[in-house]
Amino acid sequence: MNKTNPLLSVSDLHAWYGESHALHGVNLEVFEGETVTLLGRNGVGKTTTLRAIMGLIRKRTGKIEFEGKDLMRLPLHRTAYAGIGFVPEERGIFATLSVEENLMLPPVVSKGGMTIEEIYKLFPNLEERRNSQGTKLSGGEQQMLAIARMLRTGVKLLLLDEPTEGLAPVIVERIGEVLKTLKQRGMTILLVEQNFRFARRIADRFYLMEHGVVTTGFPVEELDERMAVLHEVLGV
Amino acid sequence: MIFGIPIQALFGQLLVGLINGSFYAMLSLGLAIIFGMLRIINFAHGAQYMLGAFAGYMLLAYAGIGYWPALILAPILVGLTGIVIERLALSRLYNLDHLYGLLFTFGLALVLEGVFRYYYGVSGQAYSPPPLLAGGTNLGFMFLPNYRAWVVVASLIICLGTWLLIEKTKLGAYLRAATENPSLVQAFGVNVPLLLTLTYGIGCGLAGLAGIMAAPVYQVSPLMGSNLIIVVFAVVVVGGMGSILGAIITGYVLGLAEGLTKVFYPEASSIVIFVIMAIVLLLRPAGLFGKDA
Amino acid sequence: MADVTMTGTQSTVGTRLEWLLIAVGIVALVAAPFFFYPIFLMKLLCFALFACAFNLLLGYTGLLSFGHAAFFGGAAYFTAHAVKVWGWTPEAGVLLGVAGAAVLGLVMGFLAIRRQGIYFAMITLALAQMFFFFCLQAPFTHGEDGIQGVPRGDLFGLVDLRMPTNMYYFVLVVFLIGVFAIWRIVNSPFGMILKSIRENENRAISLGYSVQRYKLAAFVMSAVLAGLAGSVKALVFQFATLTDVGWQMSGEVILMTLLGGIGTMVGPIVGAALVVTLQNYLATSEFPVTVVTGAIFMICVLLFRRGIVGEVYARLANWNGDRH
Repeated sequence: MNKTNPLLSVSDLHAWYGESHALHGVNLEVFEGETVTLLGRNGVGKTTTLRAIMGLIRKRTGKIEFEGKDLMRLPLHRTAYAGIGFVPEERGIFATLSVEENLMLPPVVSKGGMTIEEIYKLFPNLEERRNSQGTKLSGGEQQMLAIARMLRTGVKLLLLDEPTEGLAPVIVERIGEVLKTLKQRGMTILLVEQNFRFARRIADRFYLMEHGVVTTGFPVEELDERMAVLHEVLGV
Repeated sequence: MIFGIPIQALFGQLLVGLINGSFYAMLSLGLAIIFGMLRIINFAHGAQYMLGAFAGYMLLAYAGIGYWPALILAPILVGLTGIVIERLALSRLYNLDHLYGLLFTFGLALVLEGVFRYYYGVSGQAYSPPPLLAGGTNLGFMFLPNYRAWVVVASLIICLGTWLLIEKTKLGAYLRAATENPSLVQAFGVNVPLLLTLTYGIGCGLAGLAGIMAAPVYQVSPLMGSNLIIVVFAVVVVGGMGSILGAIITGYVLGLAEGLTKVFYPEASSIVIFVIMAIVLLLRPAGLFGKDA
Repeated sequence: MADVTMTGTQSTVGTRLEWLLIAVGIVALVAAPFFFYPIFLMKLLCFALFACAFNLLLGYTGLLSFGHAAFFGGAAYFTAHAVKVWGWTPEAGVLLGVAGAAVLGLVMGFLAIRRQGIYFAMITLALAQMFFFFCLQAPFTHGEDGIQGVPRGDLFGLVDLRMPTNMYYFVLVVFLIGVFAIWRIVNSPFGMILKSIRENENRAISLGYSVQRYKLAAFVMSAVLAGLAGSVKALVFQFATLTDVGWQMSGEVILMTLLGGIGTMVGPIVGAALVVTLQNYLATSEFPVTVVTGAIFMICVLLFRRGIVGEVYARLANWNGDRH
């Protein structure tokens, strides 16, 4: 793991929803091949951080660099081509598209993505239901589809917003396996997650967010000794 | 004789209804596509239809270019003006209330219509059908002018083709997805602003195509679009803009209904579509194919 | 259409300025016939009232009607017919016109409020067009000719409206009553509910208001006042024609309101004055009026959506804000 040059580096990131100031100077780094989890209570700006990195929130200041390239100046549709894929919290499966159309929708942004056969091997359910309407899938299958469609594109970094939210334990298990597989293949992941047990199994490092800033960061090995503090901050 | 109506008159009016329906279908299809992506009701659609007819007329009058090349050129010209308008003006209105788009394109329609009235007056210009389609065929029960038969067939092909483009192609998948959630599609790397520009261009091009096809049927006149567009609005209210196929079917059905009314109760033929709209609003406020109440 | 309106800029400065403008305006209107052609002034007042009535719906309820010509022109036909054919007095004729507009408003409104936003606009446009075709074919409207030579008669059997000055002051009084009524409606508890519907329809529903009924009531009130303007206009010009029920007329009243300032009391009056003056000016030239009105539409939408009066308020509010 190359610890000198981060793949993604965010410094002093501020973001606004209209007039309301949501991020107050976020600093974080993600290195190649790492899985990093953002922790924090609801409303501290975790989702906003992902959306600001992706460029979905345009009212933002600070610095976002990906492989040394400045992302702040890129229009929204160029950010993906830098090599970043986004899986939104609400999953964003299109109702007017079939499962396969949903899967094929995001353009391939660079080489090295999975082929459709590989994807179907990883997600056999999706192949079975390739001709169904996207939103007819179960919540778990929709989440799989939302992740799967980013794998074709050849992105290096996945931004995953609460992939286990509202899903049954069996499905959460399955998503954990998928993310591990991706990790083995060298995918870098920045994850927002409330589910501790899930996060500790796949994350290499954690960042804790409070009131629109990152207050602390630590590797997974320190998770147990920080548990007491985390319980207090997160209220879990 | 059917219900005391000569069979020839009945089929004659049904054909007129089918012809009108073809134009309703093509125009409401364009309106629905534009509305789906841009969330703008294109009031200038009627004016762009007029522009298509005039493009055909002017190509012939000033450049000697006939119907068949004009059938390609007129929609392209109208589509290009649409692209310019979208880039210069409409793209600035997307974040505002949708009604501003309606008001802007209403102003645009007034300007286009006014300019052509200034140069060509209100009386129509004749535009003959191409020699290939001149004359007609006697079907035994009625006389079918060849050009009209062509209009019905061509409009069906155009409507079905557009429907297939949207439902079955990659570009169509982008359009459908962007209609649902434009920012996510853009975050995936699709150039949505470009897609919006193209959609408006294609929608306007469809109006222009309908216009050049209409030129030999109706007179080419500056006012040909404004009265039509209000009827097409009623068609769109009846069909609902959620469904492309719904817009097409409603267009043909209401055209036929209008034709039938001309046979049985001619006084009401100009308002029958509005009456149907009122009835649909009472019974199914969301429209026949509409999901959006 | 929440962002059309501009309650935020209507500061105390705006209100004070409005009172001053109203006072100056009334004095000017009383004195005006000594300086301008009464017929021009009466036309202006009729359209100003029409635009104010329209603004009651768009500016204060957030509903864009594209069919207000039906009420304006319809009432003109009813009044003209009653006065000319039935020999009614002018006040009875006006009352009939207004009642007719109310019925039309009730029917059109009942259908149109079943859909929202852009569909509402299209439905009102289509229904008004249906009424246009009705007027084109119905015998009493005399088709393309319209109802010509409508007598003005004596108001309450006392005031001879054939005298231009008398007619002018009658129109002025009707105008002032109409605008006062709108002002009262807007500032009543009912008006507050309308504004809350405009700002956030769903919230108004969740607060327990039967939003549909309020919308319909606002629609009918707007139709009644638009009808009042149309009835009086029929007496002023002594005719009623298809022009007044066509979609172009519905577009014109939108333009007046947009140009002057949607959601302001004075805006539509200023807008109407400008548009009527412009039309009078262009009437003598070869240049087609629709090109100019269309261009103004596009410019207003692109560059100053607040309209002239709205823009003035915004500047004043800024200036006032800077001082504190």
